[in-house]
Amino acid sequence: MKVVIIKYNAGNIMSVDYALQRLGIKPLITNEHEEIKNADRVIFPGVGEASTTMGYLKKEKLDLLIKGLKQPVLGICLGMQLMCMHSEENDTPCIGIFNEEVKKFMPKPGNESIHKVPQMGWNSLYNMKGELFKNIPDNNFVYFVHSYYASTGNDTAAYCDYIEPFSAALQKDNFYATQFHPEKSGKTGAVILENFLNIKK
Amino acid sequence: MLAKRIIPCLDVRNGMTVKGINFVNIREVGDPVELGAMYADQGADELVFLDITASHEGRKTFVELVKRIAKNVNIPFTVGGGISELKDIEALLAAGADKVSINSAAIKNPDLINSMALHFGSQFVVVAIDALEKNGQWVAYINGGRIPTEKELFSWAKEAQNRGAGEILFTSMNHDGTKNGFACEATAKLSENLSIPVIASGGAGNMEHYAEVFTSGKADAGLAASIFHFREITVPELKTFLNERNIPVRLDIISKLNTSQHGQQ
Repeated sequence: MKVVIIKYNAGNIMSVDYALQRLGIKPLITNEHEEIKNADRVIFPGVGEASTTMGYLKKEKLDLLIKGLKQPVLGICLGMQLMCMHSEENDTPCIGIFNEEVKKFMPKPGNESIHKVPQMGWNSLYNMKGELFKNIPDNNFVYFVHSYYASTGNDTAAYCDYIEPFSAALQKDNFYATQFHPEKSGKTGAVILENFLNIKK
Repeated sequence: MLAKRIIPCLDVRNGMTVKGINFVNIREVGDPVELGAMYADQGADELVFLDITASHEGRKTFVELVKRIAKNVNIPFTVGGGISELKDIEALLAAGADKVSINSAAIKNPDLINSMALHFGSQFVVVAIDALEKNGQWVAYINGGRIPTEKELFSWAKEAQNRGAGEILFTSMNHDGTKNGFACEATAKLSENLSIPVIASGGAGNMEHYAEVFTSGKADAGLAASIFHFREITVPELKTFLNERNIPVRLDIISKLNTSQHGQQ
């Protein structure tokens, strides 16, 4: 199976590469359009800032390419946020696959220490649906690091609560995305990545 | 609900874990990768690898080791010790580190925090503070607790946050090694004064100490070394204990399912 990780100016690509290698897959890390189009699976990872990253994607025409992909695509963290309509992070118009807004967590004063920003650590998922979450029991924990979150709506494939309910995962057609880092989420994350690789086209 | 994090800390010298290795199945001088993977399997939420002598002797953390850890460990990990330049940090990120902690370098050159946050994002930046309380005053120390500075714990932590730190790792030198419990009062004050997570370190001696630091200490995470290395407590025991006290912890439901399937065979 040919798995491509989209290469761009964001960190944390190596972690995804290693996680796939642990599953026996050697992914190709590239920004070449033809390689991405011909892959069986495309992973769009990312840690970074929204406007700078969107600027890079536009310059490389990767934004339109991603939107037009037909094979299963998995966005991770910033990758997921950029697949939404718009991000509050520096008022950035995004790729627009998922009909959600990306907003900044606003701590509610007087509400204990759990409301720190970024949300950093393991949080539990609920109301999961779709192939990505096959064999994942409710309330299983995955690893998050983020200051911005996608609202919930029709495309929400998993919920999580932090300050308020948000989309821990989104899915529409062949597009899958997680706010959390499956590549860093222990066994649970490995099962989710494996589920992505096993999706029937 | 966001879980409180349990973080074993591994001290590394010349690429090997140097202290507290008392396991049956692991070599006397431990391989950090092997140990890290074992803790990850046990349910540790995160790991910290500290090059303990690095700051004093000016050595650099080994990028190659970080690469091996990243390849083999499926939970987040922080690397620290002797890190003072942006190019070192970039190499660690490229090798697969999830976070880098800076301590002495941040105090000597606070702008480094701003540069790290700008280049890589705040979530990548852990500012570690070793502090000693004397006459009610918490003073930050550098070079592995050897040299006192002008910085006061609470104001320095706030400054680090404002400069772009994503997390504070606070070690109480008064408590470190005592096994009498964490510095709960100071940790709580830090946590209340900051909008970023606080990792408490120093003093863990039993499971009750962890419960205290997560309740009255208001810590987001608790770090310890020897109690885990010497198996005085194990991560699964600790998590069960905390869960029974209604402290939110990550219980690995999938591994539990696997275990029960095994049991039936």
